Amino acid sequence: MHLATYIGLLEQGERTLAESFRQVAHGHAAEADVFHTCLNLAVQCDEHVEALAPLVERYGEHSEAEPERLHADGLSQTRSGGLGLLRDLHDLYLLGSYLDMAWTLVGQAARGARDQEVIDVVAGCDHQTAGQLQWLRTRLKAAAPQALLVAD
Amino acid sequence: MTTNRIDDIWGPRTPFDAGESWPERVDTHLVDGLTEADVDRWVQSACLLCSNGCGVDVAVSGGRMVGMRGRAVDRVNKGRLGPKGLFGWQGQQHDRLTTPLVRRGGRLVEASWDEAMGLVVDRSRALLDDKGPLTHGFYTSGQLMLEEYYTLAVIGKAGIGTPHMDGNTRLCTATAAASLKESFGTDGQPGSYTDLDVCDAMFHYGHNVAETQTVMWARMLDRLDGSDPPRHVTVDPRRTKVAERSDVHLAVRPGTNQALMNGLTRELVQHGWVDHDYVEAHTHGYEQLVRTVEEYTPDRVAEICRVPARDVSAAAEIFGTSQRIVSTVLQGFYQSHQATAASVAVNNLHLLRGMLGRPGAGILQMNGQPTAQNNRETGVDGDLSGFRNWQNEQHVQELADLWDVDPLVIPHWAPPTHAMQLFRYAEQGSIGFLWIAGTNPAVSLPDLGRIRKILASEDVFVVVNDGYLTETAELADVVLPSALWAEKTGTYTNVDRTVHLSEQAVDPPGDARSDLDIWVDYARRMGFRDRSGRPLPRWDTPEAAFDAWRDCSRGRPCDYSGMSYEKLREGSGIQWPCTERAPGGTERIYTDQVFNTFDDYCETYGHDLLTGAAVTATEHAATRFDGRARLKGAPWTPPPENPGEEYPLTLSTGRTVYQFHSRTKTGRAEELDRAAPDAWVEIAASDAAELGVTEGDLVRVESVRGAIEVAARVSGVRPGTVFIPFHYGDSDGDGRKRAANELTITAWDPVSKQPQFKGGAVRVTRLAAGNGPAPAPDTGASARVSPDGEG
Repeated sequence: MHLATYIGLLEQGERTLAESFRQVAHGHAAEADVFHTCLNLAVQCDEHVEALAPLVERYGEHSEAEPERLHADGLSQTRSGGLGLLRDLHDLYLLGSYLDMAWTLVGQAARGARDQEVIDVVAGCDHQTAGQLQWLRTRLKAAAPQALLVAD
Repeated sequence: MTTNRIDDIWGPRTPFDAGESWPERVDTHLVDGLTEADVDRWVQSACLLCSNGCGVDVAVSGGRMVGMRGRAVDRVNKGRLGPKGLFGWQGQQHDRLTTPLVRRGGRLVEASWDEAMGLVVDRSRALLDDKGPLTHGFYTSGQLMLEEYYTLAVIGKAGIGTPHMDGNTRLCTATAAASLKESFGTDGQPGSYTDLDVCDAMFHYGHNVAETQTVMWARMLDRLDGSDPPRHVTVDPRRTKVAERSDVHLAVRPGTNQALMNGLTRELVQHGWVDHDYVEAHTHGYEQLVRTVEEYTPDRVAEICRVPARDVSAAAEIFGTSQRIVSTVLQGFYQSHQATAASVAVNNLHLLRGMLGRPGAGILQMNGQPTAQNNRETGVDGDLSGFRNWQNEQHVQELADLWDVDPLVIPHWAPPTHAMQLFRYAEQGSIGFLWIAGTNPAVSLPDLGRIRKILASEDVFVVVNDGYLTETAELADVVLPSALWAEKTGTYTNVDRTVHLSEQAVDPPGDARSDLDIWVDYARRMGFRDRSGRPLPRWDTPEAAFDAWRDCSRGRPCDYSGMSYEKLREGSGIQWPCTERAPGGTERIYTDQVFNTFDDYCETYGHDLLTGAAVTATEHAATRFDGRARLKGAPWTPPPENPGEEYPLTLSTGRTVYQFHSRTKTGRAEELDRAAPDAWVEIAASDAAELGVTEGDLVRVESVRGAIEVAARVSGVRPGTVFIPFHYGDSDGDGRKRAANELTITAWDPVSKQPQFKGGAVRVTRLAAGNGPAPAPDTGASARVSPDGEG
């Protein structure tokens, strides 16, 4: 029964993403849109953790073997400047994509298990994770030329 | 001869009923006791001191402007003029720049055009050679002419190839454009002013029309004083003159507009005030919208917005049961938290009731400035020219063909850079050449301490075109003297798509030149050429620029192809689209309820209203909007900065009727300056009592970003909120800081990127007793209240 493992992984991953959004917000506070948007998205991640809590309770948080390969690292520290912003947002994107797929996989297993509660939680959260990725993509694309061509 | 529009701002009433035509009333002002017999000639134009676009004739005598007269034949004003229109032009006759200035040894000194332009071109060329086009930024205005914007658009997008072009329209009208694009696929105002003549309900969302567009308010007053007045709802934290005349006044707490709009939307759904056939046929997104607004009951809205729940229901009932509704929206929504989402919600309400595209049923997403619309159309403010879509390769190819350049030259990998980002790049040094024209960011942008540092930085070469030595010009490296309104010829377009021609009436002072001439001179000196080796741009006169724009606009929503200078001279304003098929212009768009959301036609595929994430072409195509309007919703989220223990009050900033922007013109017109000579802060009676502040006291207003010292006006602002006019800069010689933007937060809407001037936390401390009342007008929303709190 590995669904429990993946639910635990999602919960841990959302915690990590929330922390990372907050870290990037404060590390790049001079970019006002990054600051405000990242803080809002961190709150979304907090809500995902809350939504997952009853599932974690019910399935029990299994700590399977090879935990390091199922654990997504957060950002250890933010970088500075235009290029630093690009790399930090890129890191958030990687973490978000990892979670995006995790939601999909949990949703698939929930259908297999005919578990309506899990299906509902996934439906309530996964489009927000997709939305976070969409914002990161939009912001990264706009920032790339300036950061890669002219920034110091 | 003079019409008194200082004390009697809106003039005598000429009431009329639904379906009748608005009566004429001609307002005139001639200086020095002159009469019409003394006038050599009257020159056709339109007023440039608000976004209403009143038709005006300029009186010229002995080569000087000597007065104004409203054009009775003009559809916009039927002869009327407001205080700024009648008197503001006189400010152009004082303190003008007459020669270029260049910075030497830290000081601005006079120079020849050759010298000044030589410096500009040297720096521009060096940076282009060294680091490429992304080093160049242009920040323009909402008060230049269509021809000037389009010329700069071609120079910037096809000559240099920089995405860093925006206007101060970002501060005033970006959300109008963004909300129209999100809902209907492209920019373009669905309504017409004549909708006011037949409507049976008016809704004003954050729009103090009595002070921002006085002549439009006169039209509304004339309906309200008729025998069948429209029902009337106002959303505004201040008790404005508009609010005083309303059936329902919703004085919401700043930062909560979206909660109110969700509540109104929910009420329509709950009470069955939705035209389901219309929604089914002409919109997409209804079910999702209903889910989004589900939790916003009147009680929940009342709790968030701090307005009575019954007022929310009453307002919704008026919207739900009227047959011809006009909604107008302005800065109370645009410069607030969740600007685009709340403005889109206004569009949603109209769509849910099928309330547009027919007489009396209209939306006016207002503009703040007289030529903001043209900045949007021509694409110098974060759009591609002609409402084209930067994500659509075919649209980019059309421009490349028109301009005869490689499409790769035209930046279209992302939306053009918005103003706040542009200044951020300058702050970081990656923009090293910043050209500012016709605007005063050292007063008008948020967090002025930061803006001044950027403008004064040695890493950024700042060029300023202006008529005056503004706070911004004082920090520039090169200052170029501009010809102003009536000193040059050009066209501009108002809120309801009416295009006016403004003819040159007098010569500019000294060596001042039009912005068009300045930019063509720059382009020629830089040697910009198209693929065939022709100079770029290919024109150097206003009329040739207009003709080129006509071609660029052809087939797009803002179609000018049926217009010419000759035709504009014959009449008094033509509404676009004006084509071969509609040679007289078009009063109302979307009359067939087919919207501009086709994949190959839309200006944007849309955005997530909460984050601003862009919808992709594939996603848009998959939804198959195909002419259906987009219903889009968003939950309310708390604003980024809230009052707390240390800063217990919420700040709102805005305009007063007698001043425009940073007062470069209006502050130099005696009648207007006298009527509103200095800054003030409006405080509710209950807050004033708690602070020990009485009328006229000198107080300090502080936020975490800065502090100002101004006189206190005890007014009808909602308790817990203070209001400060944004017109007043710091450079009046006494060293006292009084600019509202010393206090404002750096934050902007995720979709429209419009800064949030309304919101943010402040505290107020009494410093000293004043000398009589605050210098705030008693004629508008800043009026004094009597000690019992009643107005």
